[in-house]
Amino acid sequence: MSEMKPMSDNTPGSPERRRFIGVATAAAGLALAPGVMLIEVAHGRPEDQAASAAVRWGMLVDATKCVADCNECVSACSTENGWTPVAESKHPRQAPQWIRKLELQDPLTQLETNLPMMCQHCGEPPCVDVCPTGASFKRADGIVLVNRHTCIGCRYCMMACPYKARSLVHEPLNDTQKPDVPRGIGCVEACTFCVQKVDRGDGNTACAEACTKAGHNAILFGDMNDPESEISKRLRELPTKQVRADLNLNTGIRHHGI
Amino acid sequence: MKRLLALGAVVLTTATLAWAGSGDLAKAGGAPKPVITKAVKGDQCVEPNDFMRRNHMKLLKHQRDETVIDGVRTKKYALKECINCHASEKTGSVAASKDDFCVSCHSYAAVKIDCFDCHSTKPQGSVAMHPLNADTAHYKHRLAAQATSRVSAEEMAGIAQ
Repeated sequence: MSEMKPMSDNTPGSPERRRFIGVATAAAGLALAPGVMLIEVAHGRPEDQAASAAVRWGMLVDATKCVADCNECVSACSTENGWTPVAESKHPRQAPQWIRKLELQDPLTQLETNLPMMCQHCGEPPCVDVCPTGASFKRADGIVLVNRHTCIGCRYCMMACPYKARSLVHEPLNDTQKPDVPRGIGCVEACTFCVQKVDRGDGNTACAEACTKAGHNAILFGDMNDPESEISKRLRELPTKQVRADLNLNTGIRHHGI
Repeated sequence: MKRLLALGAVVLTTATLAWAGSGDLAKAGGAPKPVITKAVKGDQCVEPNDFMRRNHMKLLKHQRDETVIDGVRTKKYALKECINCHASEKTGSVAASKDDFCVSCHSYAAVKIDCFDCHSTKPQGSVAMHPLNADTAHYKHRLAAQATSRVSAEEMAGIAQ
């Protein structure tokens, strides 16, 4: 097996490229928001290194900042990951949804709450418990994924998920996938915390980037294990809840204002 | 199942070759030979050609688990990098037409590939404009000279064994 061990050292120019990207990002970061960006650069791990349990990727959704009728996070996710927006789908009832917007109203007070809902990247994911093939798994850094090489499309995980976060691809995709995001007929899929971006060292997800760009700042992504990360700081200050906290799933997405 | 399929494929290929080699059919031309187009980018594959022809599936299978489960994203044996180099200049894909790199051999050897049910067959951006190709663009005149080569039946039989 030793000859098959990937040897990134032999990949021409790749360490240089990494260093260059690191420097470039840091430079851009200093101009924009020094604190945030420098932390993110620290997370860019070498490509030959496995995801580590020292990191736990998480998200803080601030429902008080999330705006009704804004769909930026959903369309950014669809663009990044190559799934067809539900409105454009031929079969909207079975169209994959990696993220969706919810509008909730308190029947007593009429208070309206808006928030995005997606895979909560549980610490104890029920989808992983029920998967008969081991295709549904939690990566070392807390990202819950489907290994499409072993997924048989049985949909037990879709039943088990309390958040209805997973979808099955019902139709052949006919080579419309993004090169970075393989997905296909007969496999279950869900939010991946933009794992391709995380592994690239972007340190952010498409939805969070879009929300910030739209000026709402309702989504913050980061490493919850790093006490110095922006998300850890905010989690220390803001009262947050897990959706269905009663299930003790230790979700990776924490909500403020619900 | 995969192993069984591969074994079946090898048997089938050998049978086809033996059949194709016998008399009349050989005169008629037999099954169309696979077209091996030189990769757009670079001079040499990540391993010698002989090794790659026999073992690319093992490399890819090993790499896929490391990438999906552990998040190891080394480029050397990544399918994405195969596609970056081997996508045809005509279709921009490794599996869109029957002469494209992956399909050409696989249809000859009658081995079905499932990779492209999920994976894109095209590199990011177009083949010509791909930034990864930019520094090897000067190879193009050389590639044009030796654009395609047909693999002989003997060579193919060697691979099958």
